[in-house]
Amino acid sequence: MIDVLIIGSGIAGLEAACNLYESGKEIFLLEKEKNVGGNVQNWDTLFPDGKNARDIISYYMQEIQARQITTYLNTYVTGIHKCVDGTFEVHTSRDIVFKCKTVLIATGYSLFNAERKEEYGYQIYENVVTSADLEKRFAQQSKNQLPNGKPLHRIAFIHCVGSRDEKSGNHYCSKVCCITAVKQAIKMKQLVPDVEVFCFYMDLRMYGPGFEEKYREAQEKWGIQFIRGRVSEVAETLDKRLQVKAEDTLAARPFKLEVDMLVLMIGMESQASTALFQKSCGLKCADSRFIQPYQHHLDSNATNVKGVFTAGACIGPLSVFDTINHARSAAISVSNFLAE
Amino acid sequence: MIEEYFVLPFIIGLFVLLVTLAIKYVSWIVQLSHIDKLRVLQGFFTRRTLSAIKKIWKECLLHTRIFKTNPLLGYMHMSFAFGWFVLILVGHIESYIHAESLSVPPWESIFFRYFHHEHFVGERFFAHFMDFILLYILSGVFLAYAKRLYSRVFGIKRSTKLKPKDRIALLSLWLIFPARLFAEGATASLYGNGGFVTGTLGGVFSFFEINSSFELAMWWIYSSSLGVFFITLPFTRYMHIPTEVLFILLREYGIQLKKEYNSVSKIQVYSCSRCGICIDACQMHHAEISNNQSVYILKNMRDENLTDRKLYNCLLCGRCEQACPVGINLNDLRISQRIQASKEFNSSYDFLTYKNTPQTDVAYFSGCMTHLTPGIKESVCAILEIAGINYLFLDKEKGACCGRPLMQAGQYQAAKKLIDYNRQQILDSGAHTLLVSCPICYKVFKDDYELGQINIKHHSEYFLELINAGYISPRKSDNIIVYHDPCELGRGANIYNEPREILKKIGKFRKVRIEKNQSLCCSGSLGDLSLSMPDRNIIKEQTLSVLLKHNPDILATACPLCKKTFVKGTFIQVKDIAEILVDSIKKKTALLPEMENVCE
Ligand SMILES: Cc1cc2nc3c(=O)[nH]c(=O)nc-3n(C[C@H](O)[C@H](O)[C@H](O)COP(=O)(O)OP(=O)(O)OC[C@H]3O[C@@H](n4cnc5c(N)ncnc54)[C@H](O)[C@@H]3O)c2cc1C
Ligand code: SF4
Ligand code: SF4
Ligand code: SF4
Repeated sequence: MIDVLIIGSGIAGLEAACNLYESGKEIFLLEKEKNVGGNVQNWDTLFPDGKNARDIISYYMQEIQARQITTYLNTYVTGIHKCVDGTFEVHTSRDIVFKCKTVLIATGYSLFNAERKEEYGYQIYENVVTSADLEKRFAQQSKNQLPNGKPLHRIAFIHCVGSRDEKSGNHYCSKVCCITAVKQAIKMKQLVPDVEVFCFYMDLRMYGPGFEEKYREAQEKWGIQFIRGRVSEVAETLDKRLQVKAEDTLAARPFKLEVDMLVLMIGMESQASTALFQKSCGLKCADSRFIQPYQHHLDSNATNVKGVFTAGACIGPLSVFDTINHARSAAISVSNFLAE
Repeated sequence: MIEEYFVLPFIIGLFVLLVTLAIKYVSWIVQLSHIDKLRVLQGFFTRRTLSAIKKIWKECLLHTRIFKTNPLLGYMHMSFAFGWFVLILVGHIESYIHAESLSVPPWESIFFRYFHHEHFVGERFFAHFMDFILLYILSGVFLAYAKRLYSRVFGIKRSTKLKPKDRIALLSLWLIFPARLFAEGATASLYGNGGFVTGTLGGVFSFFEINSSFELAMWWIYSSSLGVFFITLPFTRYMHIPTEVLFILLREYGIQLKKEYNSVSKIQVYSCSRCGICIDACQMHHAEISNNQSVYILKNMRDENLTDRKLYNCLLCGRCEQACPVGINLNDLRISQRIQASKEFNSSYDFLTYKNTPQTDVAYFSGCMTHLTPGIKESVCAILEIAGINYLFLDKEKGACCGRPLMQAGQYQAAKKLIDYNRQQILDSGAHTLLVSCPICYKVFKDDYELGQINIKHHSEYFLELINAGYISPRKSDNIIVYHDPCELGRGANIYNEPREILKKIGKFRKVRIEKNQSLCCSGSLGDLSLSMPDRNIIKEQTLSVLLKHNPDILATACPLCKKTFVKGTFIQVKDIAEILVDSIKKKTALLPEMENVCE
């Protein structure tokens, strides 16, 4: 019987797999996509220090290959069932049922679908993109011009799209998008020095190492303007520019701004499969629909179901380095559990 | 004749009742506006009075509308109202025939059996007939007892709560008919003048050898219960019995609610029978909110102790108004209270600068909500372009709100400013048609803008006309589509068929279980200023569960706010009619070149 079945091969799944392998466990890695790496595959450089995301991915690829960890790609996990003897049967989109002693959920997050905030015009107006789209564009190193070939004069970022928003059903903060906006805004400035950049925020959450410094650099060195206020609506002009209506809540005045490109800082949502796990093995979820850790301080990898553990952003928004730490501690928790 | 003093409670009660009613009604009618008074005068000698009498007969006596909602409850109301009416009417006829004269004091007709034991023409017939009616009413009384015990059987899940004075009135009402049965039974036992029911009861009494003081006691109880009921009537829910008659009359003469709370509003408020049907219509229950339904609000309005909290916690969805058997304008009543309750805030709209409006045939007003759903806005414009309509996008750049949300919030004066501004622009454009893509705007344009000759069209109406006139030709797809009736468009403006007609032309249209005037609310309503998001979500989920029961491909609606609300609750596509329509037209134009090739 397999010792640990890891669901999801994002950064969390990969890091945990390497650690558990080192401690001599028999592990399987299941991934719904055709590649390992999760969301980070699509990113360009990572905050806080600009490390290349591809380096991280290729590092993990090597580690996995060197250890010959059994990985099932294109395998979507649909249910976790606990047997009477305390072991698990894991059901997937393939015909195979996996039997294992413990399950490590590392399914991460899914991106908020920006079409659900229709007032921002994503998929309706050509030049409205999401932070994830922009990250992909950076990674593909295409010429940083608009698809219609016109140069960029002014762009705006909208924070908290689908996060901290009761109407979207997501009360929580997605944690990494503020610093991502800073990262992407600076990158824009580096590529197109003359571009004017505006960020519309509600609060700025610079919680991590070097984040605050980056934010100050963005203002002082790069002249990026941060405006406190929520954008109420976006309209397209005849020449496909975007007219943004917003209110500067610090200056208490409504104003309009025309931009060439609008970037929506989309938040993170719990994976659809989390709800399936909730149904199949009674896994407890928080109000945010992410998995509820058994104890936040001393046992943040365990869940209410004995033998089911978590690693990474499946418990809520995390940065890559937080994810790696969480995955390492997951490996320890699982090993301890198996030793008992 | 000291025995006959038992009629006194009845006489006093009747007197108090008539005097209080007269005072109230006269003061209400005096307070009517001058025009409304003229309406009454002009309408009085016309067929309207006849038609009102017909409605009074159907609604106040037979209660046909309650019957439709719930037969058992209808039967209960009918047995009381109609039964009692027949009892009084036939009782009078009986006493007239007996006296061979029309000058009989009312108490002689009411307590006929006590006063007259002798035979006269038709005496037997009357005895049996009156017994039959009494039995009929008693069956209703029995149901009323049972209703308090098991209100669920009647389909009413919740019953109204009672105050002491209501309880006294209720008990006296419940007592009247059993007391009459016992009184007439006792007399029948002594004098043998009973019908098949009272006579039989009289037989039982004879077995116990009752005497005339027992008889008298029974008549005292009967008279007292009548007296107590009459005295309490004007101060309790039973005031609705006479007031509904007045309400129906005034309605027939064309007297409507105004924006302010006035005597017409009061007449409506007092017409509520507290049947409780509106309670079940309200979706707020799913969010465990059970103090703000219309029946409670009306009661608070009567007692003048309505709190803002209750007043503003309502979606103004109109489901209760639609269900109300009395036909009270519950939404407008609520709004008139909000107008009264809301103080004027600083609503200066000086920044709305007046500019020249270009001339056009069709003026399109998208409104704030459509600006927040650009997909709809783009689709409407695309269709107008394809159809080659000469149109002007009135509020494309700088637009003022239509005023309806302010109106719903009771900010009437502020709304009026916006209405005046927009109205001028619309009139200046010289348009013959005003096209609106939001039912919220549509409602206020229709109700409050006074745009004269200009045709006000919701886009579903207008696009159906364009299709029928051949300006646009949509193509039918295999998509299964269900339709959600927006409250303001359906119940608010009576548009149910046009959207359905369009959808039938562009996809496989499926009906849903609760639709048209019964349709549920999306929960996004701007009418509610205090409902929390989680509570809204509960209501939304209930509505979605009905709409999406059979897994449609597309959930269609015709309101940007409904769309915005539903999108956040389902992964099934939610689209406005305009968006689906534009897809179906565009696909066709894309196919055109191919067809041309075939022709060559
Ligand atoms: C726009 C953006 C930019 C970011 N930039 C940075 C940055 O610069 N620096 C930084 O530190 N962090 C950044 N982050 C955060 C970073 O993406 C996350 O920390 C990281 O992806 C979390 O990794 P994970 O393994 O927990 O989850 P994921 O990356 O989401 O991986 C989960 C994996 O599980 C798989 N999976 C899910 N469900 C199933 C199932 N049922 N069956 C099988 N497989 C399944 C998925 O396919 C996926 O491969 C950014 C995030 C966003 C949105
Ligand atoms: S991290 Fe910033 S942008 Fe993201 S949800 Fe939190 S406050 Fe909003
Ligand atoms: S408002 Fe109408 S439905 Fe509601 S209790 Fe009164 S009469 Fe009945
Ligand atoms: S309008 Fe709707 S929400 Fe308000 S009381 Fe009536 S049914 Fe309830």
